[in-house]
Amino acid sequence: MSYIRKPVARHPSLRANALGLTLRDYEGAMSTMCAGCGHDSITAAIVRAFHETDTPPYMVAKLSGIGCSSKTPTYFLSGAHGFNSAHGRMPAIATGAAAANRALTLIGVSGDGDSLSIGIGQMSHAIRRNVNMLYVLENNGVYGLTKGQFSASADPGSKSKRGEPNTQQSIDPVLLALSLGATFVARSFSGDKDQLVPILKAGLAHRGFALVDVVSPCVTFNDHDGSTKSYLYTREHQQAAIEMSFVPHREEIVAQYAPGTTREVAMHDGSLVRFSKVPDGYDPTDRRMVMDWLLEHQRSGAIPTGLLFLDPDANPEMHAASKTPEMPLTDMPYDKLCPGSAALDALQRGYR
Amino acid sequence: MHEGSLTGLPSGPYKEAPSGPNDFAIKLANVNGTGSASANALLMQAIFRMGIPVSGKNLFPSNIQGLPTWYEIRVNASGHTARTARYDLMVAMNAETYAADIAEVRWGGWVLYDSTGPLKKSLQRPDVTFLGVPYARLCLENFAGARERTLMKNIVYVGTLAALLDFDMSVLSGMLDEKFGKKPALRESNAKAIQIGYDWAKEHFQCPLPIRLERMNATADSILIDGNTATALGALYAGATVAAWYPITPSTSVLDAFKTFCERYRVDKATGEHRYCIVQAEDELAAIGMVIGATWAGARAFTATSGPGISLMGELVGLAYYAEIPAVIVDVQRVGPSTGMPTRTQQGDILLCAYASHGDTKHILLFPSNPGECFHFAVAAFDLAERFQTPVFMLSDLDIGMNDWVVPKLEWNDAYKPDRGRVLTRDEIAALPKFTRYSPEDKLAVAARTVPGVHEKGAFFTRGSGHNKLGGYTEIPEEYAEVMERLSRKHRAAAALVPPAVIEKRPGATFGVITIGGCDLAVREALEQLAARGVKADSMRIRAFPFGDDVEAFLASHDHFFVVEQNRDAQLRSLLVLETPVAKEKLRSVLAYGGFPLQARQVVEGILAQLPDIEDPDFADRRERPRRAS
Ligand SMILES: Cc1ncc(C[n+]2csc(CCOP(=O)(O)OP(=O)(O)O)c2C)c(N)n1
Ligand code: SF4
Ligand SMILES: [Mg+2]
Repeated sequence: MSYIRKPVARHPSLRANALGLTLRDYEGAMSTMCAGCGHDSITAAIVRAFHETDTPPYMVAKLSGIGCSSKTPTYFLSGAHGFNSAHGRMPAIATGAAAANRALTLIGVSGDGDSLSIGIGQMSHAIRRNVNMLYVLENNGVYGLTKGQFSASADPGSKSKRGEPNTQQSIDPVLLALSLGATFVARSFSGDKDQLVPILKAGLAHRGFALVDVVSPCVTFNDHDGSTKSYLYTREHQQAAIEMSFVPHREEIVAQYAPGTTREVAMHDGSLVRFSKVPDGYDPTDRRMVMDWLLEHQRSGAIPTGLLFLDPDANPEMHAASKTPEMPLTDMPYDKLCPGSAALDALQRGYR
Repeated sequence: MHEGSLTGLPSGPYKEAPSGPNDFAIKLANVNGTGSASANALLMQAIFRMGIPVSGKNLFPSNIQGLPTWYEIRVNASGHTARTARYDLMVAMNAETYAADIAEVRWGGWVLYDSTGPLKKSLQRPDVTFLGVPYARLCLENFAGARERTLMKNIVYVGTLAALLDFDMSVLSGMLDEKFGKKPALRESNAKAIQIGYDWAKEHFQCPLPIRLERMNATADSILIDGNTATALGALYAGATVAAWYPITPSTSVLDAFKTFCERYRVDKATGEHRYCIVQAEDELAAIGMVIGATWAGARAFTATSGPGISLMGELVGLAYYAEIPAVIVDVQRVGPSTGMPTRTQQGDILLCAYASHGDTKHILLFPSNPGECFHFAVAAFDLAERFQTPVFMLSDLDIGMNDWVVPKLEWNDAYKPDRGRVLTRDEIAALPKFTRYSPEDKLAVAARTVPGVHEKGAFFTRGSGHNKLGGYTEIPEEYAEVMERLSRKHRAAAALVPPAVIEKRPGATFGVITIGGCDLAVREALEQLAARGVKADSMRIRAFPFGDDVEAFLASHDHFFVVEQNRDAQLRSLLVLETPVAKEKLRSVLAYGGFPLQARQVVEGILAQLPDIEDPDFADRRERPRRAS
């Protein structure tokens, strides 16, 4: 339970970031996940990403739906407002929060049940709207919290703990997001923190909807032989196809490509995503190519990971499309909102 | 029509006052999508501009083009402009519905029809006067092109009516100037059409008819406005910045109007920036989610929908209730259940909204009776939602929302400041030793909240799962119940701040009549008619839930009450029985829920039919009971 206090023992290397905050300041209550749950590793990566991007915790709003994965916002950034909402409804609530106060940094945490079944409509539309948020989909192929039913991301033929094979097609959130016009699409693995942290950092810098699908094994219900979302299976099939690093805007950006860099993409906040390794002929800004490539490579059961697609300008972010000012609507003084009695009188002259 | 005989009743048979100048009703039968709507609105507006109390009601099908549609205009010098189905004049412009339309005209009334072809013998009635105008032929001779002929036919009958009812022609011509000021060709063809209809009537009929208009000065301080426009204005003036919605009749025009107003008043002239964000959501589940997210983050936000949308919103309404997040939900009610009759009116969502969502939930409801109240209650809804940190429903209906009403000009007090409720500022949070979300509470049982992006110390975890008064997760019965008890106290506390009931006492009243929302005008008219027959009743129009002391006191003031409402299951009556100490037996129902706005006659008949049972329990056996008005 989240009210259990965390032990005070700390690991030694606690560097302060630009705000003078240590990793500890980005942590939350003690996790109540099963020991070894992939979700906990993602939580740790999220803590690091926020710390390393020097994000002030109080400017963050962390939202989630319902599920084991959706519980995890309790376990990071205790200095941020959290909202553990309803099953599959987090995207809409995040959309509203983003509409109200665009200065907030929004992170949504969800599961494959939360996002791909009950919430597939809301997630899809948040992508279409290009709501400015980092959306972490902790994907374990099952409903953890309701004890192991197949989710919509379970692969056909993948076996349940009791040995029954899944007979339905799976929904791939990465391909779905690409088809919906997503501007930032990544896949990673909870067991690959080195890959995940820079992706999360880039996702935070991205102005728009950043989908990060993270394979996150459920040790209790989906880590057996015959599962395609187990630790073993994922380790064996993961292909870290795309390698990148995230260069925050405050670091001096060198004009030339760093050695081995194949491509750089500038983010709206001035930071850079530097792709250091991509497959031959792969262009991470070419949606069609990326979709074809993924379809081709996933056919054999491979799990290509990395920041697979990035085009910050593919679609306007929700606020850009809504022409709202930089000043958050929550800060707008009332006299700028109410036209007043004289205007009402004038208006009503037309209602005669 | 419903000419149920009530002979034998102590108060005499139901009889409406005879029609005459400034006191009549006309019904216009048209085909949907032929341009009749703007012609009919023109008629109503002209009467309004002649200073005469008037109402116009659009009885339209759920269809874009081709089905029959009707418009009713009621003119009444004393301001009784509720719907009446006693038509003095039928403007029969739809051959498909001739039979039914002609049958509806009152004895001694008039039928205006297109006499280009002969009227079938079977349609004739000896007791009404048929006024034939060869509209199709006149249009063929005077206008070119099929579309223009169809459109102009409407304007030609406007001209006929102008002669028959003695319209002030300068008013009509002034309206044409305004409407077509920039399009002289259109103005000319419209003026020509009016003239054709007018001249024909003058030449062939005895003009004006005994039902005719006489200029008055009763609408000088009034406006013509529909409830949805007024609601949108309320949201604008309340300072709502975020609106999320999913289109549904009859609420769609709330957001259409809000957008229009925002474009007019909230776009920065220099930068083109929008001081609002309107999101057309993917469904109502998302619309309410967006509202909750926006208010949670500190904005004023609202959604507008109708019954089917409320059903979908139930889940998150419960979240907002339990996590104590403000939300303003406008429900423009239509006929249910299910898809029901989307273009017809009803008050069928009272109980749904009162207790929306699973578990123990109870909400604040506001019941405007006309567009004027829509405006003021919309503003109040935002204040109440934030003061009590909870969803507030404003229940209007299709009749209020989509029809133009004559209401007193809307007044705005520039001293108004939004009541944002207990939201802690940066300094207030900083000064606290520690912030806890659900305690301490104030007199209204409300605890202070914080919004994100203000101060570290204000951070807390919002959850729809069990929580204690500190905001922490709990599964401990006492901790859970402690919060639930406070929520219940909070709801009760709202009774003192919601709009009070409108209570009117009549000397000698022997019973009370209770009503709600759009029943107002019909009930007032009915009470006057009853009083004229010596049947005197006090009245109370409920304007909000939770019920205040005024409601309870009124319920204690008589032994018998009639609750007049527009639904099958007597939902207001149920709510009164559930939420006040009143004895169920004291409340009898008068229900009309077929989808058209309530008429005074339905109220009068409904009450008279049951009065004898109250006054003399044996009476009912001695007489033949009249049929219930439908
Ligand atoms: C409306 C509704 N229906 C069903 C549930 C029950 N429920 C809770 S969590 C969950 C599935 C969660 O799966 P996922 O999102 O994959 O999260 P995981 O536990 O696997 O991390 C379900 C069905 C609910 N909370 N709400
Ligand atoms: S049930 Fe599965 S998903 Fe849930 S906490 Fe345990 S391991 Fe993680
Ligand atoms: Mg899952």
